[in-house]
Amino acid sequence: MRVIARVENLTKHYFLEGEVVKALRGVTLSFEEGDFVALMGPSGSGKSTLLNLLGCLDRPTSGRYFLGNQDVSTMTDDQLSEIRSRYIGFIFQSYNLIQQYTVVENIEVPMLYQGKVDASTRRRCIRLAEMVGLGERLNHRPTQLSGGQQQRVAIARALVNDPHVILADEPTGNLDSKTSDEIMELLCTLNEAGKTIIMVTHENDIAAWARRVVRMRDGKVESDVRTAPLTSPGSTLASVMP
Amino acid sequence: MIFLTKIRRTVSMAVRNLWLHKLRSFLSVLGIIIGTAAVISLMAFGEGSMQDALEDIKKQGLTNVIVTSVKPPEEATSQRRSFVANYGLTDDDHRRFVETLKNLVTATLPMRVFPAELRPVTDSRLYNGRVVGTTPRHAIVYKLEHMIAAGRFLTEQDEEPIPRNVCVIGSELAAELFPGEDPINKTIRISGKDRAFVVVGVLKDRMPNTSGAEIEKYNGDMYIPLKACRSLLGEISFIRATGARGAEKVQLSQVVLTVDDSGDTDTVRDRVRGVADIVRTQLSATHPKKDWDIRIPLDRLEEAERTRDRYRILLAFIAGISLLVGGIGIMNIMLATVTERTREIGIRRALGAKRSDITLQFLLEAVVQTTLGGVIGVLVGLSMVFLVPYVASQFNYRVPAAIHNWSIILAFSVAVAVGILFGWYPARRAACLDPIEALRHE
Repeated sequence: MRVIARVENLTKHYFLEGEVVKALRGVTLSFEEGDFVALMGPSGSGKSTLLNLLGCLDRPTSGRYFLGNQDVSTMTDDQLSEIRSRYIGFIFQSYNLIQQYTVVENIEVPMLYQGKVDASTRRRCIRLAEMVGLGERLNHRPTQLSGGQQQRVAIARALVNDPHVILADEPTGNLDSKTSDEIMELLCTLNEAGKTIIMVTHENDIAAWARRVVRMRDGKVESDVRTAPLTSPGSTLASVMP
Repeated sequence: MIFLTKIRRTVSMAVRNLWLHKLRSFLSVLGIIIGTAAVISLMAFGEGSMQDALEDIKKQGLTNVIVTSVKPPEEATSQRRSFVANYGLTDDDHRRFVETLKNLVTATLPMRVFPAELRPVTDSRLYNGRVVGTTPRHAIVYKLEHMIAAGRFLTEQDEEPIPRNVCVIGSELAAELFPGEDPINKTIRISGKDRAFVVVGVLKDRMPNTSGAEIEKYNGDMYIPLKACRSLLGEISFIRATGARGAEKVQLSQVVLTVDDSGDTDTVRDRVRGVADIVRTQLSATHPKKDWDIRIPLDRLEEAERTRDRYRILLAFIAGISLLVGGIGIMNIMLATVTERTREIGIRRALGAKRSDITLQFLLEAVVQTTLGGVIGVLVGLSMVFLVPYVASQFNYRVPAAIHNWSIILAFSVAVAVGILFGWYPARRAACLDPIEALRHE
């Protein structure tokens, strides 16, 4: 399988009230195309820091990060924005939809920053909304939707730019168990269709949906276990993922 | 193309956000509205009154040099030797002007002016007016062609061969002596004289001339042929009017010299000054006493123009302050907005917005606000410009107003510029937020 993201000896230090906090102390990992990875660990273990670095929201103190075949660890702020809008999809614990926008407009945001807004983008956004089961609520605003529905919008938004990798930060953290299962099923379907997903969670039963579990402690990888084999991409979503 | 789409999206988004907080948006742009309206209306009223003043000066003729007789100070105080004060411009002076200035001056207008009690022959009504002995040229020099309400002005036939006893009267004089009647062909008598003058023309209402030492209220004037005036008075004017009693020997009260106006502005200006200098030199040589004065409307125009420029600078300063205050209001609200929407900024950054995209978004929101504020301000300002003179006219006040297109453009573009200027800092602050911190913001 092709490696889609690779970090080498990644460190991240913060300065907090005059003291150096070493959030990551040398992490080396590689992620293969089509994988579904759960990042686990207690708070302060560095999993969120790692996710932020993988999402190009931050730059490492040292070490390298290759996304696709580009070294993004030394890129400028503008270049990182470009990478985020083209190659990364985000799913957050608190959905993070833009309140003033409708469902379709929210899904469209990454395309806006790619500079691609035309009728075909709009059609694609509508198809994605239909795919996540919100075809009837295209013009609703986030406040008119339930938590599960909002997270579905966020998932559709994470797919709209056809990213290399989807990064999910506790995607079910704010949801009840039934809705959590529905969301996880949706993520699994996407993974089976070939989408690479890296998900931070601290719940074991959520991590159980993944194919590989990476545990972290004190800024280092503690364990890295494959729990399910990597399969070749299916074709269930081929119609909506051009 | 992409940029335009972005702008369009951002503007529609900005409008939507403003609509979401209607009251807040309105209050935050109130400063801009008031500032813009103030600029428009103050400029209109200022320009209006300035234009009035300039018109006033222009009516005296910018190519005219006005030489007047002035009672010298020593004559005014010591009247021991004679009861008759003898001073002023003479017919000889006039003849010399015509002689020496014939290449520079196209017309000369000698006048004899004295205050008098005027009354209709048939009535006991009385009016303290002015008798002006003048020539038909008066109408040209004072631009009276379109100021005749009825009848005609004096003509050559009134002077030659035998001076006729006719007169043209001002609007107020006509209204006072012949209320509700047609003054044409009525006769007016000058108190103390045995001759009556037939009215051949009435003038329209004229703006008083405030440029000299005394205000000249033309509306109470009675114009008679200069020759008739001379044969009536001889060489001595007996003054019998309110508060003054006495006799003066003044051949000419005033001579207006109209300078040749061919050539460009600078040439004409120099020519006017040159004529004034020649007149000054000539009079200084022939008059032992300083019993004359020269008025040059052109000088007054330049002075008025300088006053107007000073006024404009003052206005620009006031406008600047009011728009500064408005801008601070906008900046304040924008800073609050940025804090309030920190999380949204984080989301946008995570989804690929560059710093410049965030800057553009908040800058456009500020500019949309100030632009709307500018538009409303212009409308408010314009309605004030129309409303205030109307209301004032109901109370018999005249408030002149003149709207210049450029004042609207200026006020509006300053409002937009204030948006850019005061929106910049909050927008940059929004753009420089750390995306991770911003996403964590509650």
